[in-house]
Amino acid sequence: MSIEIGHFALILALVVSLFQMLMPQLGLRRRDAQMMQLADRAALVQFLLIGLSFACLTTAYLTSDFSVRNVFENSHSLKPMIYKFSGVWGNHEGSLLLWVLILALSGAAVAAFGQGMPQRLRTNVLSVQASISVAFLLFILLTSNPFERLVPVPLEGRDLNPILQDIGLAIHPPLLYVGYVGLSIAFSFAVAALLDGRVDAAWAKFARPWILGAWLFLTLGISMGSYWAYYELGWGGWWFWDPVENASLMPWLAATALIHSAVVMEKRGALKVWTILLAILAFSLSLLGTFIVRSGVLTSVHSFASDPARGVVILFILCLFIGGSLALFAWRAPQLQQGGLFAPVSREGALVFNNLFLCTSCLAVFVGTLYPLALEAWDGSKISVGPPFFNAVFIPLVLPLVLAMPFGQQLAWKRGDLAAVTQRLLIAIGIAIAAMIIMALMQGEKGVMAPIGVGIGLFAIVGSMSEIVTRAGRGGAGSFVRRALGLPISAWGSAIAHAGVGLTVLGVAATAYEIEHIANLKAGETVRLGAYELVLNKLEQRQGPNYRDLVAVFDVRRGGVVEATLEPAKRVYTARQMPTTEVARHTHHFGQLYIALGESSDTGQVPVRAYWKPFILFIWLGSVLMALGGGLSLSERRIRVGAPVPAKSVPVKSLRA
Amino acid sequence: MTRKQRRFTFIAVAVGVLALAIGLVLFALRDSVAFFRSPSDVAEKKVRPGERFRLGGLVETGSVDKSGGQTVGFTISDGKAVVRVSYTGLLPDLFREGQGVVTEGALLADGSFKADTVLAKHDETYMPREVADALKKQGVWKDGVKKEEAKK
Repeated sequence: MSIEIGHFALILALVVSLFQMLMPQLGLRRRDAQMMQLADRAALVQFLLIGLSFACLTTAYLTSDFSVRNVFENSHSLKPMIYKFSGVWGNHEGSLLLWVLILALSGAAVAAFGQGMPQRLRTNVLSVQASISVAFLLFILLTSNPFERLVPVPLEGRDLNPILQDIGLAIHPPLLYVGYVGLSIAFSFAVAALLDGRVDAAWAKFARPWILGAWLFLTLGISMGSYWAYYELGWGGWWFWDPVENASLMPWLAATALIHSAVVMEKRGALKVWTILLAILAFSLSLLGTFIVRSGVLTSVHSFASDPARGVVILFILCLFIGGSLALFAWRAPQLQQGGLFAPVSREGALVFNNLFLCTSCLAVFVGTLYPLALEAWDGSKISVGPPFFNAVFIPLVLPLVLAMPFGQQLAWKRGDLAAVTQRLLIAIGIAIAAMIIMALMQGEKGVMAPIGVGIGLFAIVGSMSEIVTRAGRGGAGSFVRRALGLPISAWGSAIAHAGVGLTVLGVAATAYEIEHIANLKAGETVRLGAYELVLNKLEQRQGPNYRDLVAVFDVRRGGVVEATLEPAKRVYTARQMPTTEVARHTHHFGQLYIALGESSDTGQVPVRAYWKPFILFIWLGSVLMALGGGLSLSERRIRVGAPVPAKSVPVKSLRA
Repeated sequence: MTRKQRRFTFIAVAVGVLALAIGLVLFALRDSVAFFRSPSDVAEKKVRPGERFRLGGLVETGSVDKSGGQTVGFTISDGKAVVRVSYTGLLPDLFREGQGVVTEGALLADGSFKADTVLAKHDETYMPREVADALKKQGVWKDGVKKEEAKK
């Protein structure tokens, strides 16, 4: 019964969002404030209805109601409760329902917390937001309905794909979706500004918290996905330049450029048209990402069986929104008021530099990801563009950006003094050069990139934090801490986020120093790995709730002392008879010892792949710092969503009159 | 600096960065891209030894040989031609006889293929699109097979 309620609620939500799309536009035409305000209520109702629908599907999963096709195909009665819950979005239909739920949530959040915004802007934003809802709700109801019943009712489900039965995959999609879909707000803001034909610094002030929030979740989502791939897939890698990964990286690069250009727009009233375009592009790239992931047009190591027919529908939605918004941009942008030009050596200039490099690297990833598709359409030949291409193109474009970052952070608005800034960064430069020389001398044969990466990473960390030191450093030592804590939160936010970038670069550079060893082992045998000795104690069978394990028990010794016991396993899930690799890891000083098992043969030997990965955790800790920095900036009162309206923008009242 | 000079600086820097990116992309696309080939393409001598490419097809039943310690041998077929493949390392979890596989590497002088990568997949019912197309081309692909697999 509850399944039918869920289905019905979803249809009602479609009706409500149609209403939310059209009525406010009519209200704007007639200058009828009450009609415009309907958008707020419609946004809340739409969210409640989709929420109800999602709750109904979740109930079906939690109670293992196999009369629902979607539950039957992706769940199992013996599955642990947490994975019954995360199984809701572990499949095509359910993940799209989560997608629209978050879309509706963003709309409702604008309606609830955006009361300080001018009403025209809010109304337009909600109306545009509703048009996206209409498209995706239609898509779900017509092609990917999760509420289909199954007759006769099966006794047992087919189980969720085992590699998705993991805590990382329970968290990763919701985080990533909040980021992807959160960018829809930036898109709606941009389209609203174009519809209104007016854009000013206040627009950036209202839009920035939403962009920052979406960016923050996107950062965490990508990093969580990368960490999951690292420990769950057992290949020891953390980024494969795979189409599905690139699909999330492209919106991230665009969104990162967007949060920086929006600062220029808010502070200096410049780069208006560019920021609007970037907001449209960022969401277009997330739509493209959804298309790539959901359609399977590009061969990906992360692909699941997919249905091309659905891909065509997403492609249609994609063209409609991207084409429509870009056409609107081409038509309206010339009418927007242009911002002024400014000096190249200034904070604004540095932020333009940032945008230039981020957008160019985004473009390079775009070309590499879609080139195979274009070539196949052109002459039918099938190619794959892999890590060699992206490493050759992406790294040279990103390193100058990281190098310029601490300089940009310290340059003054309007007119900066590069020489003075360099002087303030001397300590950071010194540390970086020293580290580079030491690394190069110690490990001469590792190539030039690793020491350069270490140097640039360290420079970015020390350089980013040195802004805090310079700003707090004037005066005696006693007042230093007090001064530092008294600095604006946004200064801390950007310092921490930028230091996070440096930390990630450092972690990536450190991968050049990892040690790998592959061996066929019998019980009792030992492998040496750097400073460690791994002793295979025994092999044993274990039984889990819905799987069987073959566990290899290792003693990890360092200098003769047992430091840990690691238990990597080969696991077979009984429902699908599908094998997975369960990696075991041991953390030491941000580095990890990583052991994965291969398929054992009858001889009592088991193939073992062991790695020592120094400072590998820096990669993900860095991204957590980036998100933390974003969160700090978001918490600052000045840009808080519900902050009181400054006296300048009071068109709300004048409109009503 | 005059307004004109400022505008010129920005445009010059932007054009410079774009030119750098285009140069890198063109350079990398020429050198580090792998074509997809089927065993039939290899049999027709379309590939020279030493050239990097992706080889895909079905792993022939009974062809997997694990006697070589770290090195595994198996045969990839597209229904018409076969290529013997050797790979050193751990095979992915879903590597099975009779199922689709994509490998990357180069041909040796003796006509066998040395793979340094075996692409993994996340899902039993997933068939790499290139493999499906190669099988269709040889007329071995049956839609029924896929559906039966999906029903399991």
